[in-house]
Amino acid sequence: MSIPVNQEIILEVKNLQTIFKTDTGDVRAVDGVSFKLPKGKTIGIVGESGSGKSITSLSIMRLLASNGKITNGEVLYKGEDLLKLSESQMRKLRGNEISMIFQEPMTSLNPVYTVGQQISEALMLHQNMSKKDAFIRSVELLKLVGIPSPDKRVKNYPFELSGGMRQRVMIAMSLACDPEILIADEPTTALDVTIQAQILELIKELQDRLGMSVIFITHDLGVVAETCDYVAVMYAGQVVEYADIRTLFHEPKLPYTIGLLKSLPRHDIEQDKLQPINGNVPSPHEMPVSCRFSPRCPAATDLCRANMPQLETDENGNQVRCWIYTDEWTGEAEVDIYGEKRIAKSRGAKTILPD
Amino acid sequence: MAKKELLKVEGLKQYFPIKGGFLGRTTNYVKAVDDISFSIFEGETVSIVGESGCGKSTTGRAILRLEEPTEGKVEFRGVDLAGLSKRNMRKYRKDLQIIFQDPYASINPRQTVASVLTEAMEIQKVLPTNKRRARAEELLETVGLLPYQADRFPHEFSGGQRQRIGIARALSVNPQLIICDEAVSALDVSIQAQVLNLLEELQEEFQLTYLFISHDLGVVRHISDRIIVMYLGKIVEIADKYSLFENPKHPYTKALLSAIPIPDPDKKKERIVLKGDVPSPIDPPSGCRFHTRCPYATAKCKVEVPELRTASSMKPGHEAACHYIEEIESGEKQPNY
Ligand SMILES: Nc1ncnc2c1ncn2[C@@H]1O[C@H](COP(=O)(O)OP(=O)(O)OP(=O)(O)O)[C@@H](O)[C@H]1O
Ligand SMILES: Nc1ncnc2c1ncn2[C@@H]1O[C@H](COP(=O)(O)OP(=O)(O)O)[C@@H](O)[C@H]1O
Ligand code: SF4
Ligand code: SF4
Ligand SMILES: [Mg+2]
Ligand SMILES: [Mg+2]
Repeated sequence: MSIPVNQEIILEVKNLQTIFKTDTGDVRAVDGVSFKLPKGKTIGIVGESGSGKSITSLSIMRLLASNGKITNGEVLYKGEDLLKLSESQMRKLRGNEISMIFQEPMTSLNPVYTVGQQISEALMLHQNMSKKDAFIRSVELLKLVGIPSPDKRVKNYPFELSGGMRQRVMIAMSLACDPEILIADEPTTALDVTIQAQILELIKELQDRLGMSVIFITHDLGVVAETCDYVAVMYAGQVVEYADIRTLFHEPKLPYTIGLLKSLPRHDIEQDKLQPINGNVPSPHEMPVSCRFSPRCPAATDLCRANMPQLETDENGNQVRCWIYTDEWTGEAEVDIYGEKRIAKSRGAKTILPD
Repeated sequence: MAKKELLKVEGLKQYFPIKGGFLGRTTNYVKAVDDISFSIFEGETVSIVGESGCGKSTTGRAILRLEEPTEGKVEFRGVDLAGLSKRNMRKYRKDLQIIFQDPYASINPRQTVASVLTEAMEIQKVLPTNKRRARAEELLETVGLLPYQADRFPHEFSGGQRQRIGIARALSVNPQLIICDEAVSALDVSIQAQVLNLLEELQEEFQLTYLFISHDLGVVRHISDRIIVMYLGKIVEIADKYSLFENPKHPYTKALLSAIPIPDPDKKKERIVLKGDVPSPIDPPSGCRFHTRCPYATAKCKVEVPELRTASSMKPGHEAACHYIEEIESGEKQPNY
């Protein structure tokens, strides 16, 4: 199911490009990221380590390290390009309208302040609350995220809490100002599965209750299937496929996505051999100018090895960056990808065979 | 299956002292592993699963005597390793190898790959010196790298490739048992699948036995013959792979399995969300250690430690440590969430 036409899009990222200057040359960490976040929905960003997921979200928030620079693209929040805002306008927006939680709660919580002090600070800063009101609200927020005895925990330091509780505190902080958008970067990756289950349930429940839109960054396809409505798959700095959740899992188009799903060991079904994707992710310093997956793709042709495909939108509003689904494709009409068949666009008409 | 027992762990305990007070006296113990027993047969893959801190790595380290066990026996081919002198233990070091999660941490960054491998052979006196280089190159090919990469340094390799180097190093001394401690956990799925397939191929080729330590139940289902589930230093369930995933008996195993997200948006399942966090292994709960989170716990669970046992609905070799296997199964006992 594609995004309904009348669905309000709260955030749209268009062709984002972020570059880091390093001693060994420029790193194009993000180089062609586009996606839409429908209001009240959850979009997942999945990809392997180094594919640019975190840099995408830090670029949206304009919180890049000093050697990083956004060199192209638009980040439209309610139609307004965040990349054009002044730093002080941006500061007002952060934490207030768009807030973020990180993988490692310990690194983003300040170890020398109690959790109550940290939540209160956000409230006093953004909502002009008095110290007393902020404290009362902090306790309420801790209660909201399911921390037992919140009136006692509010006085704890981060190290006195378990990993799961710290992540709850992070979530409480990010919700302090009722954000429109929550960006969650691997919020459960460092947690055990039974604790992850609690946190995922919490995020979902809060989203329903508060009507937030969520960008959920993860490398875990199980978590995506469970929490997201739409998914953007990233590979080597680019969005390479964007689809609604069911299409992505049941009928992915991109060879990379198909390979990723086939290489995943599953606990819920018996599998014979895993189908790995050969080779490695390209180094950020040596990005192929062509399709970035072409050195590993089982369907690659000369066209793929020489030219970069664009992110094309299909009739359902889903997107894929692959030559197979363009008129330029000259390979097989029926392409075998890790044992699955996909019909090439240009040859589609010719391959409707009788049963 | 008349398989030979390769490793037998009996009554293994590993307590770590906690020092306190100004004299630095031992005030208490972390009961990281508390009286566990199991066997591994030749050529099989046994996995240990459980949440962080439940004692998986400690078990692996105690088997290798990287840490002296507090109590218990570890028999390898009938010889009690725990009773051996350090010197005699060395003979067995080559038979038992370990591969760690973090390929960066376990490989010296200043050594070329060739010297990492030949050094391992040197320590264990495998092959005459002049044959080692050729063997190193052969090993690189075995693990899917190229011989000319032998003179490169670890930082020139990706995470997956470094993990292959770790595997090559373990293989270089012709071991019989390899303990893989979260050996694929840090790898991306596409690379993880390469390494898992490699481990399976090597097992077949060299009749290796694996003790596979992991928190990832997808990986575990794929690689294992039998599975041990640990909770707070104790084994709560042990079973062949099929029984464990299709017929789990311990309430903790059931909760653990139900908590794993399934990569299929159409498969919605009933989730058992456990309350609270894993308690501290310093003062673990009395009786059944799971009673503070178990939806079936009774007063009896708070005082009586359940032993591992096989109920009539379980296959031989499948054991679970719960007082109420039958009652939960028949529905006589209902969960209390
Ligand atoms: N400050 C920086 N200077 C130079 N390169 C950087 C910097 N920060 C990130 N990069 C590079 O940008 C690329 C994308 O990084 P990013 O952190 O977005 O990856 P990710 O998809 O979030 O990965 P992970 O799953 O490991 O978190 C990587 O190649 C990374 O090494
Ligand atoms: N050297 C040590 N000193 C003190 N405590 C330790 C030591 N090693 C492990 N522990 C503790 O023992 C318990 C089990 O640890 P470990 O075996 O590493 O868990 P797992 O591998 O299952 O995540 C944990 O509570 C851990 O903190
Ligand atoms: S463009 Fe070519 S190389 Fe790239 S994914 Fe598609 S088929 Fe493979
Ligand atoms: S013995 Fe009691 S507390 Fe332990 S698992 Fe069984 S029912 Fe739960
Ligand atoms: Mg990241
Ligand atoms: Mg461990």
